[in-house]
Amino acid sequence: MRIGAGINAGLRKRIRGGVHPPDNKHLTADKPIIRMEAPELVTIPLRQHIGAPCSPRVDKGDRVLVGTVIGDSEAFVSAPVHSSVSGTVRGIAPHPHPAGGESPAVIIENDGRYERDPSLQPLEWENMEPEDIRRAVREAGMVGLGGAAFPTHVKLAPPKEFPIDTVILNGAECEPFLTADYRLMLEHTEEVVEGLRIIMKAVGAPRAIIAVEDNKPLAVRRLAEVVRDPAIELRTLRTRYPQGAEKVLITNLLGREVPSGGLPMHVGVVVNNVGTARAITSYFRTGLPLVERVVTVTGSVIREPSNLLVPLGTSFAAAVEACGGFMSHPAKVIMGGPMMGLAQYTLEVPVVKGTSGILALSDEEAAYEIPREPVCIRCGRCVEACPMNLVPTYLAAFSHREKWDEARRLNINDCIECGCCTYTCPTRNPIVQLIKFGKAELARLKAAEERRAREREAAGQQGG
Amino acid sequence: METSRFIISTSPHIRDPITTRKIMCQVIIALAPVTLYSVIIHGIHGFYVILSSIAGALLGELAVQKARRLPVTLDDCSALLTGLLLALTLPPRVNWWIALVAGLVATVLGKQVFGGLGHNLFNPALVGRAVAFVSWAAYMTAGYVKSAAIGIANTSAHKAIEKAVDVAGGASPLAAMKIVYDPSLSPVGPGGVPHGIQASSYYKPLLFANPWGCLGEVSALLLILGGVYLVFMRIIDWRIPVIYVSTVAALTALTGRDPLFYTLAGGLLIGAIFMATDYTTSPLAPRGKVIYALGLGLVTWLLRFWSNNPEGVMFAILFMNGLVPIIDRYILPRTYGKVPRTKEASGS
Repeated sequence: MRIGAGINAGLRKRIRGGVHPPDNKHLTADKPIIRMEAPELVTIPLRQHIGAPCSPRVDKGDRVLVGTVIGDSEAFVSAPVHSSVSGTVRGIAPHPHPAGGESPAVIIENDGRYERDPSLQPLEWENMEPEDIRRAVREAGMVGLGGAAFPTHVKLAPPKEFPIDTVILNGAECEPFLTADYRLMLEHTEEVVEGLRIIMKAVGAPRAIIAVEDNKPLAVRRLAEVVRDPAIELRTLRTRYPQGAEKVLITNLLGREVPSGGLPMHVGVVVNNVGTARAITSYFRTGLPLVERVVTVTGSVIREPSNLLVPLGTSFAAAVEACGGFMSHPAKVIMGGPMMGLAQYTLEVPVVKGTSGILALSDEEAAYEIPREPVCIRCGRCVEACPMNLVPTYLAAFSHREKWDEARRLNINDCIECGCCTYTCPTRNPIVQLIKFGKAELARLKAAEERRAREREAAGQQGG
Repeated sequence: METSRFIISTSPHIRDPITTRKIMCQVIIALAPVTLYSVIIHGIHGFYVILSSIAGALLGELAVQKARRLPVTLDDCSALLTGLLLALTLPPRVNWWIALVAGLVATVLGKQVFGGLGHNLFNPALVGRAVAFVSWAAYMTAGYVKSAAIGIANTSAHKAIEKAVDVAGGASPLAAMKIVYDPSLSPVGPGGVPHGIQASSYYKPLLFANPWGCLGEVSALLLILGGVYLVFMRIIDWRIPVIYVSTVAALTALTGRDPLFYTLAGGLLIGAIFMATDYTTSPLAPRGKVIYALGLGLVTWLLRFWSNNPEGVMFAILFMNGLVPIIDRYILPRTYGKVPRTKEASGS
């Protein structure tokens, strides 16, 4: 039943592709994680993960405590949202969201007491059934902290026909500038490894691999000191973006290829971020759900680039202020890293579960150019850089000219949007941008087609 | 805080500093030693040829872009490179106006009529050369007559070769060897067939100071160094030159001729390193590049040994350029995750 399993197993050939941008991690690599105070008002969006957004579970005027559920959903692909402070709900209103657009958010006035919800209790995961562990992970509001924010309990619940033989713990952190995962591996090594063991138990995997890029030798050494379990293997990877992308990671570590349109579980693998593992441990040890996360606030225009432990709902402005503010006006502010992060139009957006970094780029660094008519000199750099073995320049050209059949023929939907093609293009073509547009258009066309088909069917039934 | 002044655009937010202009300049740097050396060997006339060719190429580009009211892109250095490459494929004593016209043809007919940078089907420099070659055949071959400046390796072997080349009525070592191997081609009849020329006696001049070839064929060693530089700087893919040259050498050996001589002589090295690797006119994907290079080797070998013309590189590259769109349509990388369907796989 396992799609593609075994076909490429044992073929340990390193995937080609990728790029090697200057990593700029020196700005924050040696900065220990500092806890920051929540501001007077925290704004916690009810949309914090991929999947169904939550609906509010509190009302204006309610008193909430640290860890109180403020939003939840009945949907499977969803995780609850908790308050990161104690205080009073000032309202529920749409608010700009760092992932784009607006989301209903619970605005809480922080009383500064950080009173914990008394119902939160530590759990002994060693004595729990996998199913109970998964339920607990859901109750903790756990989502992937690498940036994609996919609800973790869903990842930990693969259907029976896809047994998991390997858990991969992703400590690659291949995005330039970001050091949040690195600091966690250094400072909270035991919790990271324990989180991995909880995940292994939850999915019933007999073995695990911790994958770290070779530009983090200290983290590798710390992990090697802590890992005592022979079922857990520590592996270093060549430093190369996008080494931390799930599919790339799986192929590089195991020689398995995730089938097109498939998931890691289809080749017997579950991938989790080191930050997620640490947060899981934290929940089982303290009972405190996911209400804070480590955020790398960095960039040459930040006065004191830092790794901050930030309560969710803190505005970007407050986080930047905690780092001494800007030295000069940034050209661009990004949530995440420079390769896949999202540009922000306002600093009023709150830190959410998926906020791995706040990056402020200067004019020169942002290197923004207004896209022109695409010119391709066919240098092949994008083809070489594409970790999915696509031909990005063709896909961009087909999107540009709206040649959808051709774009589909060349597998446009297999693009993981890592941006290597655009990064490496000497003519400054917005390649991945055009591909993203193409994918969105194709999805729109497909949805419209399905709607028409349904309408035809309905009309046919009426007529008959 | 003022927040309306942030740039909003989608990722990636940083770019590799490489640009088209930098790439072109790298190739020009790789060609600089052989260009300078050529002027030293062939004298000031070689310099005029190079200048005329570059002027023609720049003028052609400028004229079309002005006429079409397009932005002028001389600053991307691609026309400059085309002019230089073209010059290096011309005989050292060719008339300056032929070089000028060839340069014009290279950028106008070879490049701009297709839509400019990135759109041309054939290598512009070789289009320029091909037009000159068929239009002014006499001038083009006469241009090979040995330069006045020869005074380099004045050894006896050298003199013998020189004499033999003179007897053979012409031109390059390749032409001389063609006559050696095929007496019926000799312009001076069976009696005048040069004897005693060994292909191996050409090794040294071809590597270090070859006075008989085109401007760019003056030293195989400098061309190879330029190629190594470009591969090292990640400007060109090693596959095309290495596979191309190896194929020619292997087929030559199979034919029972001297593979080293046929590697060093003629336009093979400059073609393989600097022409066949032209981005726009070579396949995009690595596997396509391999097929293209194998094809180049085969066609070059066919033309060199089975046609009247001793040279085969120019037409081989132009011919394979024409096949690139077909190669690119069918030979692309296998997309990640498109695993071959098996019984096991089709179950779900």
